[in-house]
Amino acid sequence: MEYEAVIGLEVHVQLKTQSKMFTRARCAYGEAPNTLTNPVVMALPGALPVMNKEAIRKTVQVGLMLGCEIAQSCKWDRKNYFYPDSPKNYQISQYDQPICDGGFVEIEMPGPSRNVMGEHRKVKLTRIHLEEDVGKLTHYDGESLVDYNRAGRPLIEIVSEPDLFSADEAFAYLTSLRTHLLYLGVSDCDMEKGQLRCDANISVRPKGQKELGVKVEIKNLNSISGVRNGITYEIKRQIALCQKGEGASIVQETRSWDADKGITFSMRSKEMAHDYRYFPDPDLMPVRVSEEIKKTLADALPERPFAKQERFMKEYNLPYTITSVLCPDKALSDYFESAVKAHNNPKAIANFIANDLLRELSNAGCDMAHPLEGCKIQPEALAELAKLVDEGMISKQIAQDVLVIMFETGDAPEKIVEEKGLKQSSDTGELESICSEVIANNPKPVQEFKDGKDTAINALKGQVMKATKGKANPKMVDDILRKLLS
Amino acid sequence: MTTMTEHLFYKTATELSALLEKKEITSVELTKAFIERTKATDDSVKAFLSYDEADALAQAEASDKRRAEGKPLSALDGVPVSLKDNMAVTGQPHTCASKILEHYVSPYDAHITEQLKKAGVVLWGRLNLDEFAMGSSTENSAFQTTANPWDLERIPGGSSGGSAASLAAGQTPLSLGSDTGGSIRQPASLCGIVGMKPTYGLISRYGLAAFASSLDQIGPFAHTIKDVALLLGIIAGHDRRDSTSYKTEIPNYVEALESKKGPWTIGVPKEYFGEGLDPEVKASVEKAIAFYKDQGCTIKEVSIPKLDLALPTYYIIATAEASSNLARYDGIRYTHRSEDTKNAIDVYFKSREEGFSEEVKRRIILGTYVLSSGYYDAYYLKAQKVRTLIREDFMKAFESCDVLITPTTPTTAFKRGEKSADPLQMYLSDIYTISVNLSGLPGLSLPCGYSSEGLPIGLQLIGKPYEEAELLSIAHAFESAHDYSAKHPEL
Amino acid sequence: MAEDKNSIDIDYVANLARIDLSQEEKDRFQKQLGDVLVYFEKLSAVDVEGVEPMAHPFPVYNVLEEDVVEEGFTAEEALMNAKHQRNNQVIVPKVVE
Repeated sequence: MEYEAVIGLEVHVQLKTQSKMFTRARCAYGEAPNTLTNPVVMALPGALPVMNKEAIRKTVQVGLMLGCEIAQSCKWDRKNYFYPDSPKNYQISQYDQPICDGGFVEIEMPGPSRNVMGEHRKVKLTRIHLEEDVGKLTHYDGESLVDYNRAGRPLIEIVSEPDLFSADEAFAYLTSLRTHLLYLGVSDCDMEKGQLRCDANISVRPKGQKELGVKVEIKNLNSISGVRNGITYEIKRQIALCQKGEGASIVQETRSWDADKGITFSMRSKEMAHDYRYFPDPDLMPVRVSEEIKKTLADALPERPFAKQERFMKEYNLPYTITSVLCPDKALSDYFESAVKAHNNPKAIANFIANDLLRELSNAGCDMAHPLEGCKIQPEALAELAKLVDEGMISKQIAQDVLVIMFETGDAPEKIVEEKGLKQSSDTGELESICSEVIANNPKPVQEFKDGKDTAINALKGQVMKATKGKANPKMVDDILRKLLS
Repeated sequence: MTTMTEHLFYKTATELSALLEKKEITSVELTKAFIERTKATDDSVKAFLSYDEADALAQAEASDKRRAEGKPLSALDGVPVSLKDNMAVTGQPHTCASKILEHYVSPYDAHITEQLKKAGVVLWGRLNLDEFAMGSSTENSAFQTTANPWDLERIPGGSSGGSAASLAAGQTPLSLGSDTGGSIRQPASLCGIVGMKPTYGLISRYGLAAFASSLDQIGPFAHTIKDVALLLGIIAGHDRRDSTSYKTEIPNYVEALESKKGPWTIGVPKEYFGEGLDPEVKASVEKAIAFYKDQGCTIKEVSIPKLDLALPTYYIIATAEASSNLARYDGIRYTHRSEDTKNAIDVYFKSREEGFSEEVKRRIILGTYVLSSGYYDAYYLKAQKVRTLIREDFMKAFESCDVLITPTTPTTAFKRGEKSADPLQMYLSDIYTISVNLSGLPGLSLPCGYSSEGLPIGLQLIGKPYEEAELLSIAHAFESAHDYSAKHPEL
Repeated sequence: MAEDKNSIDIDYVANLARIDLSQEEKDRFQKQLGDVLVYFEKLSAVDVEGVEPMAHPFPVYNVLEEDVVEEGFTAEEALMNAKHQRNNQVIVPKVVE
């Protein structure tokens, strides 16, 4: 029998706010332990929570971006459970009135080849709610240490419907979700830093069957590749059990992904079912998101990434491949558009960015989540470089060298061309003598050309370019060679 | 000196303020007087869990210096104020009368502490309470049982028993308590002093160890209504660190006492005068009603039909909230940690077993139960809805009345141990005060007589939301015409 | 879960509340809280059809603060009452799932 997997993802995203969700202690990453707390974070007797306006705004922005219904009013509930990383031993969360209801994440499946756009689909969301993060436990032999720096940071939980059917789809979902969140700038979504965490609910069922199979929760999928690998493994594990006729041994449980061993293993389930005793937090007042605020935030939303990609293909006539490099990064695509505004050659500029600039950034060890941070080349300067090529001042090849210097020094392209004497040679007399020399020294391609093999001229051109150190105008070289050979 | 101090320790805060103002006495002198009185009487009263003489005297010295420079911070600059041991003061213990917090020292100030420091008062000692304010007799303190200064065999009421007893014993001129179901008014009544629970939200709860968040409210104890007004003016007002703190203009409560003169329409809710009310208490309250009538007030019988639902509603809401509020006392970060632990789970089970006393455990169990899976709707949600109905009863009564008048407690102070074996009987002693917390209304208790055994009887006045000025004025009218507040126990 | 509706499953609840109770305490609580639950039954007869639950005495919406950082504790202040600490962190015995 053939089986299919059904997957739902629960994604936790840390919102990028200055202060915590329910108190104004600072949020930061990588600080010395327990230096980002106050009475509220430590849950001292008498401490009380007060909501962070910005966290609510950011959550509403995410909801609007993902097409959710924004609740007219919502409240805060306490989720009661004991754990050493939870200072109050309850987490302030939203139980039955999340800020955002429904919505979807548009995903793109891999296409038939990397040059061809894949199929797009909308994956349904159940809800998005806001809650507070917990502290961090580090385990040692026989004991654990607790750092409460992370405790109380605002966290949104984005819950998808069981609407994903393969590890690839889950991967595409997570990638797209991340792109959308990065577009909004609400989070840096760095999985390594725990800013984005993903749990997967996975079940399998015979193909064609409507009812869902027994759901297994997978935790510790701590990287994007972990998500793909962990889910792939778990699906295989469950299907193998079904095919052996041992489907009944799949039980509702929580399993952990071990990336080193490449397996999931059962986390010994707590001795009893969870009974979180949710109830409305009496220390907090309810929240109402006005139509006015909703409208203000909706008007300020950025263009959605896939819409932007489609526009880039249409408006700038860019190939899919290059848009799929530019568009997942909002800053990069905005950079492109600024450059195009300064000099209207989208294709050349896109190529400079996607091929040359990104390579330099990567070689320089830039954080590829924000590659343009600290980039010395302004979009206008890049446009200028493209313009120099289009005006025949320098060749494309020289331009690539100029870009490397621009990247290092931040100097204007004209200045570099001037100083290094890279201006393209257009002196016909000098070029003619070089061409004659090349023809004299290369009888073989000359003969081939004369025998009718037109492409043989390229070998000669190459020699001329070499002799001029690339400064010759290729069009002129071509003309002169053909004249001399005719 | 001795005659001077004898005169001092039962003086009202208003009188002490005047003496300081006229420079007839220094803050150091009067602080010493209260320290001496405390040392002389607290072996029998046991109102204080701890105090720091040197610290109090240092505060008094600082106050005297300000006054010498002509810069007193408020009318109460240099006057001692004692706090129930569930309010945070930097560097002081904050035990909540619980073993689980026995060695905890607060690293921060409560909002009321900040306000009091700004006013220049001398913070004097930490007062006993029922552990985490759970109780009506102060017998549930993990450390000591406070006695009623009027009869040391009897309980002072609770949970703010230390706050009430210390005042009645002349150990402090002003104190603060917290009131979740009557914990200020009931001990005030049983100790023959004035105690007020303001409207929910008038005083920030920031720094008050929570018992039941939607019911808790801090309030003052004093010998007179005027003193209460004075202290209330200092601690009331919006605080952005408490989301339930109310934004409202704080009037000058002391000035309002004289400016508001009535006549008022006084509601007498009949349900408060039924079965279980001690005849002597009833007679005293009726005499008070008669007084108001003589003053030209309109007396109106009103009804709070849902009153008999207040107690179950209260115990469901209060224990549920408490079960969650007290989860932070877990043996991990700052509370007592059991030595007998093999893993993190043990830390919880054993530290909480060792750290909480029986009543606290009982209420946590009850509160956990009513929130547990399958019972939420039947208990907690239902109680929240009934709470709405109870409040509606009160708001309806206030459509035609300015204030409601009732006994504060059904009986005078009972004997130690009398009710401790039967939690339900103990809970019933709060029957007249609880509904006021459920409705969020302001209420106060002031002395209105003494029983044949010489025990104080309290009168409860319940006001409209945020109408503390009016409520105090109505109480002041009664107090000025009687001398109950001038009577003190012999110790 | 308890069979009798006025009988609390003390073991289950004590486990949720993370409190060890002696057998004696369990027996006593069982009886006392059973009485309390009988008393609570007063509520079951009340008609609350259409009544809004009251979570706050005086509810207001949107008690929010601007996202502006305020000074908090140093590590020393944060841990001044933590008897078990190392490297400015709180030590807990082994966390078992």
